[in-house]
Amino acid sequence: MIRVALPYHLRNLARVTGEVELDVAGPATLAAVLDALEARFPALRGTLRDHDTLKRRPMIRFFACREDLSFQSLEAPLPDAVASGDEPLRIVGAMAGG
Amino acid sequence: MSSIRVLVGTRKGAFTLTSDGSRKRWRIDGPHFAGWEVYHLKGSPAEPDRLYASQTSGWFGQVIQRSDDGGRTWNPPGTRPEEHMGPDGMPKGGSNMFRYEGEVGTHRFFDGSQRPWEFRRVWHVEPSHTDPDVAYAGVEDAAIFRTGDGGRTWKELPGLRQAKGHLWQPGAGGMCLHTILLDPRDPRRIFVAISAAGAFRSDDGGDSWKPINRGLHSPYELPDPEAEVGHCVHRIAQHPSRPDVLFMQKHWDVMRSDDAGNGWSEVSGDLPTDFGFPIDIHAHEPDTIYVVPITSDSLHYPPDGKLRVYRSRTGGHEWEPLTRGLPQRNCYVNVLRDAMAVDHLDPCGVYFGTTGGQVYCSPDGGDNWKPVVRDLPAVLSVEVQTLP
Repeated sequence: MIRVALPYHLRNLARVTGEVELDVAGPATLAAVLDALEARFPALRGTLRDHDTLKRRPMIRFFACREDLSFQSLEAPLPDAVASGDEPLRIVGAMAGG
Repeated sequence: MSSIRVLVGTRKGAFTLTSDGSRKRWRIDGPHFAGWEVYHLKGSPAEPDRLYASQTSGWFGQVIQRSDDGGRTWNPPGTRPEEHMGPDGMPKGGSNMFRYEGEVGTHRFFDGSQRPWEFRRVWHVEPSHTDPDVAYAGVEDAAIFRTGDGGRTWKELPGLRQAKGHLWQPGAGGMCLHTILLDPRDPRRIFVAISAAGAFRSDDGGDSWKPINRGLHSPYELPDPEAEVGHCVHRIAQHPSRPDVLFMQKHWDVMRSDDAGNGWSEVSGDLPTDFGFPIDIHAHEPDTIYVVPITSDSLHYPPDGKLRVYRSRTGGHEWEPLTRGLPQRNCYVNVLRDAMAVDHLDPCGVYFGTTGGQVYCSPDGGDNWKPVVRDLPAVLSVEVQTLP
């Protein structure tokens, strides 16, 4: 089980409060987590990554275990503490005004 | 007794304003989609409790929302997982997907270079007159999409971008398709307007399109006086009883066409300035039109700090200021292109929203105005439903 902390607006869109817990088949990677997240909450499709290219949207960041994972390959393994559910994967909207 | 529902899109969410036919006391509901930009929401004429909304964010992209109960509850169409699993077990997730058809192609950019089309947001949703599951979406970068399944999936009508799309260019607000008019007499005829490309018409249900910009002159933006595309059209309005007559608020100039856009002539007449964004038509008088003059393209606020709607009862040329109830000093708001609408009661109600968050209503065709609400986020769009 992997824990995912969504930003405020996406929690509202997905209609969840608090963290989301996902069962991810196979190796725990960002791609696998996003696949599982979008499968469970289809309304989130396109909000985190492009529909077609699957590239991260520019103002979305992925943090975990005090590291910024945003620029690593989507296929790279997530930290063990995330894979084991001890730490959440934090999906963050980049800071901006307005 | 009839009632009125006003649908307001703002920079920070959507609101619904409801009243009985007297239009004196209003109930304000919202914000829906709090914190998101809601460029537009509009109800289906065929099924008034079916509403479509464009919810968008620089962070999270585009979300289409639909209500089937008049705005009390909303869902991205078809996003309940049980409705949405494809044969491979993955979600279809199509309601938010606006994918250009075929080769993406390029358009002109500010610096004269060519840029590939890139989807940013939905500016306007126009539901069909007759089928609540059919709607059209005008998007940035400019293109038109159609849904035939209540917003679950959207498909581009790519013929539009064949109409000299390589010469289209963004205005200051982006290269947006902001106006869609569906001819009530002929379902195959569709008009659209794009900043800064111009007006276009399809006579075959959206398969093919032609520019309809003859008579438009944009000497400050387009040195070629005969330019077929590239004009910054801000808004077009059409009265259902006379669909071949169109009124246009261009970047500068208020224009009129009596032949479905084949030719245009200027009707700015005695307006204090002919720069502005919205234009609309009285529900029962097809030659009574409304604009909100704005000082200039450099000064996006009313002249002299006075918020004045101008009304022509003669289809243009002769205009009168409407000021009663509107601020006549120290007012520096703007009224955006999709932020004016009329109801169908008698007398006709006229509504507009400002970038200062006010929504004004005139229940008597523009003679007297009152704010329905004063302190919303900046208003992007106003639509009105007249309910039985």
